[in-house]
Amino acid sequence: MIEFRSVTKQFPDGTVAVEGFDLVVPPRKTTVFVGSSGCGKTTLLRMINRMIDPTSGSILIDGEDTSTLAPVKLRRRIGYVMQNSGLLPHRKVIDNVATVPVLNGVAKKEAREHALELLDTVGLDRSLAEKYPRQLSGGQQQRVGVARGLAADPNILLMDEPFGAVDPIVRAELQQETIRLQEGLGKTVVFVTHDIDEAFLLGHQVVILQKGGHIAQVGTPAEILANPVNDFVASFVGADRGKRMLRIQRVGDRDVVVDEHGTPTGVLQS
Amino acid sequence: MNWVGNNLDLVWELMLAHISLCIPPIIIGFLISIPIGWVANRYRISRGTILVVLGLLYTIPSLPLFIFMPLILGTPQLSSVNVVVALTIYAVALMVRTATDGLGSVDKDILQAASAMGYSGWQRFWRVELPLAGPVLLSGLRVVSASTVSLATIGSVIGVTSLGYLFVNGLQRSIPAEVITGIIAVLIIAIVFDLVLVLIGRLVLPWSRADRVKRSRTREVERARTAVLTGAGQ
Repeated sequence: MIEFRSVTKQFPDGTVAVEGFDLVVPPRKTTVFVGSSGCGKTTLLRMINRMIDPTSGSILIDGEDTSTLAPVKLRRRIGYVMQNSGLLPHRKVIDNVATVPVLNGVAKKEAREHALELLDTVGLDRSLAEKYPRQLSGGQQQRVGVARGLAADPNILLMDEPFGAVDPIVRAELQQETIRLQEGLGKTVVFVTHDIDEAFLLGHQVVILQKGGHIAQVGTPAEILANPVNDFVASFVGADRGKRMLRIQRVGDRDVVVDEHGTPTGVLQS
Repeated sequence: MNWVGNNLDLVWELMLAHISLCIPPIIIGFLISIPIGWVANRYRISRGTILVVLGLLYTIPSLPLFIFMPLILGTPQLSSVNVVVALTIYAVALMVRTATDGLGSVDKDILQAASAMGYSGWQRFWRVELPLAGPVLLSGLRVVSASTVSLATIGSVIGVTSLGYLFVNGLQRSIPAEVITGIIAVLIIAIVFDLVLVLIGRLVLPWSRADRVKRSRTREVERARTAVLTGAGQ
């Protein structure tokens, strides 16, 4: 469990990225921070592994105040996946995956063997192990990034817009893969995105953020869709434009669900 | 080329002397430049000052510098240390800018990712920053190597043995073959040094070959820089 307690972050240039932020991130679930750029979502994520230290307030992981923990050690037990994979270009795929275990002192041979298994886990062929990151496609690199994030078997996995730079088809694939992995491994995932559809797809808990890290609404995707608390949320999730408004049309003896344009999207099961 | 045949021993001896004169400045210059480049790159304010001062160093004419070295260092007139130190100064002057650019060229996202993985600052420098600056550092080192090998000949003017002896002696005694032999010998050393550096690069930076596009870009930058610098110094 991760707990934010009235966390504020003001950068040296005076920008207040996050102000008085309170939230409980439940364990073994996916929590998604979603909002437009400048809403402080990445700052919030980076405060969890102390890439950024809060100006005031505290962040607790399983009841432990992170400000009392050494940043380097803390980061090694938290998985991190970022946009554009952030792989080390001078290390082979397998050594990239083995990075954190090796930093933790695991023997190189053992770490590499485990890394091969992780390639299987994220759906990559083992023949890619000896290649360099740049020889891989964007989607493959992103999978390596996920494998690297999982390598030290962390309880927490932070994902910072990990699929922002891959094409829509690959993104959809990676999203499904992320759901499968999260369910299979039971990690606490904190995911940052500006894409509300991605947030609703992946999140058990979705946090909609406004400028300055102010929470507009927290809830399950269904709760937010059913009761957007204000116009901002309604507009953000697309409810005001009728984007989320589906209607039922009777066709013969079946109920067909159609969207705002009358385009059929599915059939109701009786 | 009768002269060469009759003086093979001399030429060989001078080549060895020349090589042993050149290797320390190249290595020491490289080692000194990395921390200076790191500081210049890390603290933006210091960057301008450091680069200007070192740029000026390279414009000091070499002969006076060689002559003044004993006065500054308190070494004997004929000591090879004078030449080694002077050549090291030139090596540093050339290499610091490359080191600064090389370290600065490392993708900030990758450094952030490395920190997020749990590299400590020190580990990140040795295992990520320095290797990734490698291709640029290597190209700078090749320029330094060529410059050092050619500058070392001037040592002979102040009495420190190097291939420059063949120029001085050949001119004084009007033996063109001797001068030409000297030029060729200098060229051979410069080329061999360059090949050795390229080979070391292949061994130490195998990943940069997987990355043709970036390499050719690095080479272009370096070529432009060399073109600017070859006007200065000598």
